[in-house]
Amino acid sequence: MNTVTITMVKQPQLFLEADLVTPDQFAGKSIEAIGAIDISEGKIKYPLASFAKIEGASGATAAETKIVLNGDWTRVKRVGQKMTAGEIIINSNVDMYTGGWMIGGKITVNGNADSFTGIAMAGGELTINGNCLNHVGSAYRGDWRGMTGGVLRVTGNVGNDIGTFMRGGTIIVGGDAFIHVHTHGEGGTIIVKGNVEGRVGGQSVKGDVFVNGKIDFMMPGYKYVDDVEKEVDGVKAVYAHYIGDLGERHPTSKGVQIFTNLYLKK
Amino acid sequence: MTEYIIKNGCVIDPTQGIKGQKMDICIKDGKIVDKVSKSAKVIDATGKTVMAGGVDIHSHVAGPKVDAGRLFRPEDKLFKSPNRKSNLRMEMGYSVPSVSKTGYDYARLGYGFVMEAAMPPLEAAHVHEEIRDTPIIDEAAMPVVGNNWFLLEYFKNHEIENAGAYASWILNATRGYALKCVNPGGTEAWGWGLNCITIHDKVPYFDITPAEIVKGLIETNEYLKLPHSLHLHSNNLGNPGNYTTTLDTLKLIEGYKPNNDFGREQVLHHTHLQFHCYGGDSFKSSSFESKSKEVMDYVNKQKNLTIDTGNVTLDETTTMTADGPFEYHLTHLNHLKWTNVDIELETAAGIVPFIYDPKTYIAGAQWAIGLEISLFAKDKERCFITTDHPNAGPFWRYPRIYKWLLSAKARNDLIDNGLKYGDKVRDTTYIGELSDKEISLYELAQMTRSGVAKSLGLSNLYGSLKTGMNANVAVYDIDPENLPSDPEQYETAFGNVFAFFKDGVLCIEDHEIVNYSMPKKTVWVNSIVPENKQVERDIRDKFLHSYTVDLENYAVQEEHVHNPYAIKVDITE
Amino acid sequence: MQEVIKHVACPYCGSCCDDLEVTIDDGKIVEVKNACIIGNEIYHHASREGRVGSPRRRQPDGTYKDITYDEAIDFTAKMLIKAKKPLIFGFGSTNCEGMAAAGRVAEDAGAVLDNCASICHGSSFLAIFDTGYPSCTLGEVKNRADVVIYWGSNPAHAHPRHMSRYGVFPRGFFTGKGARGRKVIVVDPRYTDTARCANHFLQVQQGHDYELFDAFRMVMHGYAADVPAVVAGVSKEKILEACDIIKAGRYVHIFFGMGLCHSDGRNHNVDIAINLVRDINEYTKCTIMAMRGHYNIAGPGVVWAWQFGFPYCIDLSKGSVAHMNPGETSSVDLANRGEVDAFINIGTDAGAHFPIRAFEKLGGSGIPMVTIDPSVNMAATVSDVHIPVAIVGVETGGICYRMDNVPIQYRAVIKPYNGILTDEQLFDKIYERMQELKAAGVESDGKWDYATPLADVRPVKEVYE
Repeated sequence: MNTVTITMVKQPQLFLEADLVTPDQFAGKSIEAIGAIDISEGKIKYPLASFAKIEGASGATAAETKIVLNGDWTRVKRVGQKMTAGEIIINSNVDMYTGGWMIGGKITVNGNADSFTGIAMAGGELTINGNCLNHVGSAYRGDWRGMTGGVLRVTGNVGNDIGTFMRGGTIIVGGDAFIHVHTHGEGGTIIVKGNVEGRVGGQSVKGDVFVNGKIDFMMPGYKYVDDVEKEVDGVKAVYAHYIGDLGERHPTSKGVQIFTNLYLKK
Repeated sequence: MTEYIIKNGCVIDPTQGIKGQKMDICIKDGKIVDKVSKSAKVIDATGKTVMAGGVDIHSHVAGPKVDAGRLFRPEDKLFKSPNRKSNLRMEMGYSVPSVSKTGYDYARLGYGFVMEAAMPPLEAAHVHEEIRDTPIIDEAAMPVVGNNWFLLEYFKNHEIENAGAYASWILNATRGYALKCVNPGGTEAWGWGLNCITIHDKVPYFDITPAEIVKGLIETNEYLKLPHSLHLHSNNLGNPGNYTTTLDTLKLIEGYKPNNDFGREQVLHHTHLQFHCYGGDSFKSSSFESKSKEVMDYVNKQKNLTIDTGNVTLDETTTMTADGPFEYHLTHLNHLKWTNVDIELETAAGIVPFIYDPKTYIAGAQWAIGLEISLFAKDKERCFITTDHPNAGPFWRYPRIYKWLLSAKARNDLIDNGLKYGDKVRDTTYIGELSDKEISLYELAQMTRSGVAKSLGLSNLYGSLKTGMNANVAVYDIDPENLPSDPEQYETAFGNVFAFFKDGVLCIEDHEIVNYSMPKKTVWVNSIVPENKQVERDIRDKFLHSYTVDLENYAVQEEHVHNPYAIKVDITE
Repeated sequence: MQEVIKHVACPYCGSCCDDLEVTIDDGKIVEVKNACIIGNEIYHHASREGRVGSPRRRQPDGTYKDITYDEAIDFTAKMLIKAKKPLIFGFGSTNCEGMAAAGRVAEDAGAVLDNCASICHGSSFLAIFDTGYPSCTLGEVKNRADVVIYWGSNPAHAHPRHMSRYGVFPRGFFTGKGARGRKVIVVDPRYTDTARCANHFLQVQQGHDYELFDAFRMVMHGYAADVPAVVAGVSKEKILEACDIIKAGRYVHIFFGMGLCHSDGRNHNVDIAINLVRDINEYTKCTIMAMRGHYNIAGPGVVWAWQFGFPYCIDLSKGSVAHMNPGETSSVDLANRGEVDAFINIGTDAGAHFPIRAFEKLGGSGIPMVTIDPSVNMAATVSDVHIPVAIVGVETGGICYRMDNVPIQYRAVIKPYNGILTDEQLFDKIYERMQELKAAGVESDGKWDYATPLADVRPVKEVYE
């Protein structure tokens, strides 16, 4: 694997859109060509090299390309958008849409990420060693097709709209969430190791949600069924098993209605 | 003004019986003329097809439900919109395009006129605002009247003169072109969450049947001598087994004769027929079947009937119709988001996204039925190509439909390699029986130009290259003397017109839009009837008691109608 | 000579009452009939002393000096070109012709184009994007509805004639008994003046409407037995009673407002309300409607949907495609994050209605700002340039969209004060000036120089010749 190291040396006045900073875009390009890639600030396009120092070499394919981002990327959006393979390591906080619509490969953020992290994620691994804001692994506005695959891990806390319209894949939150976990979910698994204020599994059709901490306000549409032992992210524990949302439609399979499972650690 | 000469193209013009003859088309001061001076700009059409600008009889492009469709589908724009060209406005949207994209894309297809399929009278001003902001194409709109409280009451007592006076008032107030009827009676029933499925189901409270409504509207239309006939979307759309309702409805025309001074020969135009030709009792391949042959047998026999196809294009698209109860049914089938607007005293609208997935049996069957209609049609001057845009697919897919009709190879190729259940589709539809059939370019021109204009009563404005016509002319990269062996070229050529003139202004040159600011018209019918005090009183009464706007604010004010072109139809003369 | 103009549509709230009668005497408004107290005031305000008759430019000492329209247009056009990401926000009180003209300017300027829904019914838009909108025109409620619910909405104060024209009192075609034939339910954390007109009041715990809707939906899905004893502060008994009324209704309609849009969860509250409406339709006819606040705040949503495909928060800065994602492209978020470098406040008052921390980043913060509004509002007091425009519905007509998206044709009853321009005229002139400036070499470079001495405020011709 070849590595391209990019060090941010100049901060934008506003914010930068870096949707072309991906292994797919860098693969097969020289350092000069990578430096010429468009990065925009509002309506003005700049070459990447005008904001950052670029070193190293890309691989022939995305899978063989690793990108390391150093310096301050706090005001940069869309890093890793739609990538299919390869790796990105961001040693900084980063802004919105990190790993948006990603299909494969691996992104690691050693810092906090902003909102819309992992939006409509379809595959790969996206890890935030820090906090995220809102709309983590959620769908784009209006699209009933949200996250469909991959593993999205946030070690810290998150805000609202975790896995909205989720269909597949796994989201793991190490800390707390605010409200709206798995809203309109139709599949996939969400694990929150901390607490959630409320609205867990609201309007959820199908899927599995695990909460290790407390839920301050349970949805009335969740009904206790039994206690079960589950292994969650490698740790076994006993969970109170609820099904719901009883206020939502649910599919039937072989004559049996399928509900969303909500597991609350005991 | 500029002169042009389109030289040496193969002209196809059914209004003059020209079948590919090499000739020059001359344009001067916005019109087609016999000859021009030597300073005329030359468009070299050697090896190309020249047709009149296209005419679309039914498309949802301007108005409240189209806009609601745009508004509630941000995902129809995301990563699905082309990049803006530097000399044009932004183009947004895939299945429900923004108004700029609508005008540009129709021009790229070589179309000069589009009929907005449904205008709710109360919201007519909205339709006119969008028409104003849509570049290039001339437009008209049809007010929906098939569930209108005034008409339901007049038809109950068979008061055709009163119905005529009211319908005339509506055409004038809304600057509408023709009388549109959607799901007769059923959409009023939907005001209570109910529907009318057969032509004999009674409308709650108004106690009238769809059959009585349709017959009443046909009689009213002929009484008013309108350029177009009644334009009908019959009951029971989209449901398996509905072909019986369709045939029952079509038979209502028997005994009626067209009454107009515009050359129109039909008393009824049935729209998007594909959705109305279903047999069986479920969408499963074990039950569903095509009844297009049965329906087209009737259509072929009746001279006073025109239809448009409503072809499925196998895309993710957006359904939108005044058939409110159908959309409620659809959202329960696919569980997708559903928008509905019931409009006081008048009509309703429903909108649901829909994916015609070629990996499903039913989408393949619907696709086949749409093509069967054109292939079974004996008189191509009475059968027009549409997609009920965007219901069965986006309008900019028309060239793909042409390809499937012009090339049996392309069609059969899709069944074999593009449909997951191609065999089941062949077993349950007539598409296998029609596997050799192809249409000609001449027939294509009938189905997209001459026949359409005639049905609309607009033969003197559109669909023809006769001397004196407004110069809407399209030049395509298809050589009729050397037809392409690769059918994809049909789709490419008809989707990217080589040159396009709109009212004699060069709009597209070398496949690129060079001018989109030429004037465009809003065509409407100014209907004049004898004074009718009863109807005037009824109107005042209903506005006072039931409407929520003042009567004096209802009719669209002159300043809100863009470049109106009124066609006066005075029955008092 | 007095003249009475009838069938005038009122430019206050989303009710768009079009039965006003305005008496004019010698070019001034002297009386307004049929309007509510607020609509009444709008008309009289137009003819009072103190109207702003000319654009004004803020001076280094904080006072304002009159300038010409040409100078104001030049400033605005130059600002839009030079900024890397200008924001144009407002449109709560303009006509559609103005909004369409602004759309063209914003596209040319690569601006973010946003309207008051961003701080109001934007939550409703987000819900509509996700789940649709089963609605109707107000006449359907008047003529058919026998069960009317006002949830998180207080029309007694915000839409004063709403209950009498549409929701509670009118005798419609199938509702000849008026209020006596209707059951009215109000759901609100407070016992409001609207609740006083209701037959049933459910006092929901603020911030928990989402759970209450879930309970209603459980009943509709056949799980009444599983509803907890108390949900969101409302007893199960009251929930079941309300559901019984709904199921027995012939036509149920829900009006909702800021109670859902701006308590925790926002769009999700509206979303679940819409899904309850879907559920109710399995039992009986049901529709829902957002109580849009202003008389034409539905306008920009409708106009920009047909121009760009999106109703608000439209980022046109990419130039290639329009991009919308509230949370990123919404005005308050753009302001908070410092993501815009020029601001136009039009037909609204961001100074009064934005969170103060957000507005601080816009007004008087070092980015140039223009206010376009008939009055000196709070935003105007910190703007570099304030441009007055004609009051729609009073001094100019145009099309406006009622809360149910019905287009109403507004009338002018008097001429624009002091010959001030309309929004449409102003934006068209701004567009033309932008073309002239671009041709003269003005570029987008994000540089803005505030140190313009008094003497530099000269007519356009002088500056650029």
